[in-house]
Amino acid sequence: MEKPNLNYIKQLSGSDLLFKNELINLIKEEFSSEKKEYYDNLKNNDLIKTAGNVHKLKHKITIFGLVKSHELAQQYENELREGSSITSVKFSIILDVISNFIEEI
Amino acid sequence: MKCIIIDDEASARLIIGQLCNKVKNLEVVEQFPNAIQAMKYLNQFEVDLIFLDIHMPDFNGFDFVQTLKNPPNIILTTSYTKFAIDAFEYDCIVDYLVKPVTAERFQKAVHKAIKSKPKEALTSSSSQSSNDHEPAQLFINIDRRLIKIDMPTIYLIEAKGDYILIKTENKNYTVHSTLKKIKEKLPESLFLKVHRSYIINLKKIVDIADNSVLIKRDLIPVSRTKRPELMRRLNLL
Repeated sequence: MEKPNLNYIKQLSGSDLLFKNELINLIKEEFSSEKKEYYDNLKNNDLIKTAGNVHKLKHKITIFGLVKSHELAQQYENELREGSSITSVKFSIILDVISNFIEEI
Repeated sequence: MKCIIIDDEASARLIIGQLCNKVKNLEVVEQFPNAIQAMKYLNQFEVDLIFLDIHMPDFNGFDFVQTLKNPPNIILTTSYTKFAIDAFEYDCIVDYLVKPVTAERFQKAVHKAIKSKPKEALTSSSSQSSNDHEPAQLFINIDRRLIKIDMPTIYLIEAKGDYILIKTENKNYTVHSTLKKIKEKLPESLFLKVHRSYIINLKKIVDIADNSVLIKRDLIPVSRTKRPELMRRLNLL
């Protein structure tokens, strides 16, 4: 499984450490609430709302440079809009990987 | 060049803001988490460029673009690639950035916006129409009698098969006609067809929810395609 990285954030921040910290803190905060909302909607079988959550989480996935995971998330989002959640287990693994990564930043 | 950023994700707004800071003469004057707040702002202030997210709850980016009377240049920022073709429907959309947006790609888009003069949207305003100056009265044929109705007193017209129900302040009338026919007689500055079965008087709106509008005591559905025009026609604070 590919590993998350901070390359994009570092490129964007340059020497602006204030911005870098602000962005990381904001992403941590958003990721945590988006993840919670995602699991709540999935649990309630509200697949359209779940697709919306995956859409937002996709942005975080790309920020951390997870190219293959982004492809899977895109496929999963489309799948949810069509009424299926078959890829949810694989998607949970991606969320766990990001959660662990974020904790260590 | 003054710009605003519209995106429901705070991190996305922060990123676009940071990218803007790196471009000379590009000033972020405001940021908004949703399109409604941005519309209120744009009712009062002019900007040269809008960075607009497509995927937002309730009111998406394309709905928003359709509400703009004289849109400035717009750069779409999105995680979707599939809407790129739709973006070409609008002259005001100068570029389409896929998240995460890189500095290099961002600068290219801004340069396109600088070179491009703002153009009028394909969906131009219909609020001022030729029949605005037509008489304020309408005569309807009921039982071989021509009855005069003051048009401003009409608050709702509903299609009912081969008939229409005209609701006024004083009385309701059922007339053998179609919404299409009566719409041609009504001043467009006052009336709007918000659904295939309903024309409403904009001045009689009590309140608006997501997909409906309250006119007097009637709750009227608003179709998704009509919502942008309805929002544009309102005098939002």
